[in-house]
Amino acid sequence: MSTSAAVLSNPQIDRSNSHTATIYLKEAKYEFLKNLRLRVYTASVISFPLMFYVLFGLVLNAKEVVGGTGVPTYLIATYGTFGVMGASLFGTASGLAADRGLGWLQVKRASPMPPFAYFTAKVALSMTFSAIVVSLLLVLGISFGGVRMPIGEMAKLIGTLVAGSLPFSAMGLAIGYFAGPNSAPAAINLIYLPLSFCSGLWVPYMFLPKLVRQIALALPPYHLSQLALGIVGAGRHEPAATHWEVLLAFTLICLGVARIGFQRDQGKLYG
Amino acid sequence: MIAALEATQNMQPVSSGAVVASLEGVSKNYGEVRALRDVDFTVCAGQVVALLGPNGAGKTTAVKLLLGLMPPNSGKARVFGGDPTNPQNRMRAGAMLQVGRVPETLRVREHIDLFSSYYPKPMPLAEVLAAAGLEKLRDRKFGDLSGGERQRTLFALAICGDPDLLFLDEPTVGLDVEARRALWEEIRRQVERGKTILLTTHYLQEADALADRIAVINQGEIIAEGTPAEIKAQTSGKRIRCITALSVASVLQIPGVIDAKQDREAVEIQAAEAESVVRALLARDPALSGLEIMAAGLEEAFLALTRDNGRNGNRQN
Repeated sequence: MSTSAAVLSNPQIDRSNSHTATIYLKEAKYEFLKNLRLRVYTASVISFPLMFYVLFGLVLNAKEVVGGTGVPTYLIATYGTFGVMGASLFGTASGLAADRGLGWLQVKRASPMPPFAYFTAKVALSMTFSAIVVSLLLVLGISFGGVRMPIGEMAKLIGTLVAGSLPFSAMGLAIGYFAGPNSAPAAINLIYLPLSFCSGLWVPYMFLPKLVRQIALALPPYHLSQLALGIVGAGRHEPAATHWEVLLAFTLICLGVARIGFQRDQGKLYG
Repeated sequence: MIAALEATQNMQPVSSGAVVASLEGVSKNYGEVRALRDVDFTVCAGQVVALLGPNGAGKTTAVKLLLGLMPPNSGKARVFGGDPTNPQNRMRAGAMLQVGRVPETLRVREHIDLFSSYYPKPMPLAEVLAAAGLEKLRDRKFGDLSGGERQRTLFALAICGDPDLLFLDEPTVGLDVEARRALWEEIRRQVERGKTILLTTHYLQEADALADRIAVINQGEIIAEGTPAEIKAQTSGKRIRCITALSVASVLQIPGVIDAKQDREAVEIQAAEAESVVRALLARDPALSGLEIMAAGLEEAFLALTRDNGRNGNRQN
């Protein structure tokens, strides 16, 4: 076996940190380009929250006030939460379910791609589109809804909502591991739309039926929207720490479920 | 036979015989279905090995085990003497798998750029595009490509990292004759660069055209292994075709004739060796015409092998 030693000896190819960083960046860049060119994604993720906002915040109720806050301002926080949820769930779950179910993820897994780069790219995509949706809502509100907000407050609102993309990205990964490639978008809508309504993202919380108001307290979008509302001086003024704790716990549970799916995939064949 | 073996090995840049990838006593089940049963199989440096078998024989399972995409139920899959899931080993391998859907909104060059970035010493983009015949399609989105162009792009992703070992799972499935031949040329160029290749196919002609060694797999078991010449020799050696006044029944009487049947105006005869049979035929029918003698193709060999495999008491279906 002396001659074979040369072929078998492994010339320890270790990636430098900068090379690893390059992979992560490219993965994220192409994940972004891939989805930006996907009209289904951009249309549903960006257009819907903006259309709802224009209709219910600028055209119909622009002069109304909810609990001391003007409707155009209030709805930036709630439709912002709605937009973040959509960007994050569709950004992770539908792509992952399709990649898994139709074999593309196996090609990636067979390559020397660091597995974490794949997930990081999806989360980065979700956060980027979340930032875009919230920023556009702000632009619309300021331009046409008479919304006035100090720069610091705007930055805090965007930052909070973009951070709020994480729990829903984790949820999306969990869904992506357990939904089929074709059923994933339907599964997302089935979760996303009722969750949005019950959390007071479409109809302000205080106008919801009593039963729904009680359910809302257990729902992650409720907690994210209350954090956002707190920043613009609206909402129910509960301690922010509680909201963050609920969101953190929810994130960890979803990551745990996604991890089960990830491990199950290592031992199972699809397609 | 030994001469043939030496001849094929001498054509290879590396003939050390080092085992680059192997399955050792590997079994793999999907629930009740046994996809592979106690398979032993090796791929040596510089060789092109074809796993040849019908659909559902276990070819793709073998490749996926060697890529570390799933663990075997028993036995060991090794690549470069180690674990296929080891990132160090993955950096030295490239794979072309059967994929249902590839992200369609990315361009050919973008797909290649991303996969190249995974490897320590990738080939330059221009070289990858040239090797896969994609120069004119570099800016095309994957979704706008034809079937053959898609296969070539997946091939490009497999070779872009300049890996030592290439796995090609049914690389030409669904391609027309021209596209298939073009991809064969590209695969041969990789062989010239000294790559070790494991190829799966259910096209017998493809295995014959590309491989140094063929392992015939059926129902999860390797039923024959050898050079294409050896595999062919495992069945009755020659096919004789002629127009004769002799009846099929009387042809079957001739010693050395294994099988004979009427085929339109001619009789087609399977024989262990041609010479004695032809001599006997001419002696019995001096007016015999249209004589053709052909080596039995891989097709016949394959059919005979899988048929025997069934006869030897293996459960069919």
